Amino acid sequence: MADIAVLLKQVPDTNAKIVVSGDRVDEGAVNKWSMSPYDEYALEAALAQGGSITAITCGPDRAKKMLTDAAAVGATNLMHIVVDDLTTLDSNQVASILAAAVEKTGASVVFCGKQAADTNAGSTGPGVAEKLGSGCVTMVSELSGDSSGFLALRPSATGMERVSVSAPCVIAFDKMGTELRRPNVKGIMMAKKKAIETMSVEDLGVDIGSASVTLDNQSPPAEKPAGQKFEGAESVSTVVGKLREEAKVI
Amino acid sequence: MVTVIAETSGNSLHPVTAQLVGAAGGDATVLCPGGNGASEAAALSGVSKVISVEGDCFSSFDGGAWASALGSLTEGRVLAASTANGREIASRMAAAKGVAVVQDVTSISGNTVSRPIYSGKAIETITVSDDTILTLRPNTFAAADGGGSAAVNTVNQSADVATSVKEAIAKASERLDVSDADIVISGGRGMGSIDNFSHLEAIADQLGAAVGASRAVVDEWGMSHSIQVGQTGKTVNPSLYIAVGISGAIQHLAGMRSSKYIVAINKDADAPIFGVADYGIVATWEEALPALSDALSNL
Repeated sequence: MADIAVLLKQVPDTNAKIVVSGDRVDEGAVNKWSMSPYDEYALEAALAQGGSITAITCGPDRAKKMLTDAAAVGATNLMHIVVDDLTTLDSNQVASILAAAVEKTGASVVFCGKQAADTNAGSTGPGVAEKLGSGCVTMVSELSGDSSGFLALRPSATGMERVSVSAPCVIAFDKMGTELRRPNVKGIMMAKKKAIETMSVEDLGVDIGSASVTLDNQSPPAEKPAGQKFEGAESVSTVVGKLREEAKVI
Repeated sequence: MVTVIAETSGNSLHPVTAQLVGAAGGDATVLCPGGNGASEAAALSGVSKVISVEGDCFSSFDGGAWASALGSLTEGRVLAASTANGREIASRMAAAKGVAVVQDVTSISGNTVSRPIYSGKAIETITVSDDTILTLRPNTFAAADGGGSAAVNTVNQSADVATSVKEAIAKASERLDVSDADIVISGGRGMGSIDNFSHLEAIADQLGAAVGASRAVVDEWGMSHSIQVGQTGKTVNPSLYIAVGISGAIQHLAGMRSSKYIVAINKDADAPIFGVADYGIVATWEEALPALSDALSNL
């Protein structure tokens, strides 16, 4: 059974209100931090495979809790590359860091979410695959087989397709049929004692150079002007008229 | 000098490709993977050169192989579509070149770009470098017009393919995809049951629209995740988004608030969805949808 590395990111819960304060999203105003939802599917898929599973995250200190949560449901090893502010890194640096971390584990199979719920980018899975020289399948919503030959369901131009890929490979998950299992009490107790291998980017021994993009600011989305509101179904024809005459969209 | 990675749909060009060329602002080289859509690309204004990139590696999608085969042909800024394939190609190409990729860009001004984060709950503005690869959100940039007559060169490339397609599964319905459609009509818990979605489908047929759904009903009624609009589903930005029986959870708003025009139909006058609606109608769907059908027929 191949060892699996699962890449996890801690993000504001998708139900959390995002508040911008000054020119940055105010992390202090986030009431709940969670494992990014697609990463949960990746972790569950790894647990279903069994064997040694290393949960890897790159992020600030608060992300340790997410690794402990991963251990509570069965991740066997935990690795934390400490980066205080991920917005200071560009996609290439993140891919380099995570690929180096994967290499350190010796895993030949990498599972991750198709994108994180904060940046919504989806650059990491394929980027890490490129750094590792691995095959990659993204947007995977069903997986069967094992590292000697996975069969992954992904969208195609004409519908869906099942694609085979074998280790070394990166699989980036979309929503899967099975939600991440809940921890039991024993799992939670064991996880509290589980060591987290914590290191800096320098400790990893990877040269990531300097970021080639700079975050200037974050801002709330432009406020829409207040809309027009009508009462009752008899107003539907009025609205349809406005869609044609004012909005010109039908 | 800008290189556009063409997004193709079967043998032809996906409409977003013309938007990429439009955003390039002239002097664009268009790379057509597998040669698909090359003559269409050559006819776009602002295209100076089309490279029909051919080779066995393009017979099915493999992000690593495509990025490798296309990557050696790029010059200057690289633009791709912020679609599943476009993002994967851009990510791998950037990692291979050791440069950054910025995904889902919605505005470009020189080297300053902006993009939504947290599914549109915030926007970030980024200064990129000349070699940063950008993927652009579909239906955001004005498409280039026709009238071009660029030369098409053919280049043969080979690359290692790590994946192979074992089974193709046709779409369950011929319906438009919510991320591609110009009009989307979505239903939520207020529709009462999955059976009532047939009423939305009938309106969708009248409008040529795609049918979407909120997370609540996708989860509870076992609908396909492919039609879910919201932070953990698809982010859409059609010209017109019609939300029926959707209260407007923050999760859902994140996926559709950038639509050009939003119509909300809900019986609860205080539903949050009215806060983002251009046109709100306080009514039950049972009354509003027949009226909508009639009004559309009378146009």
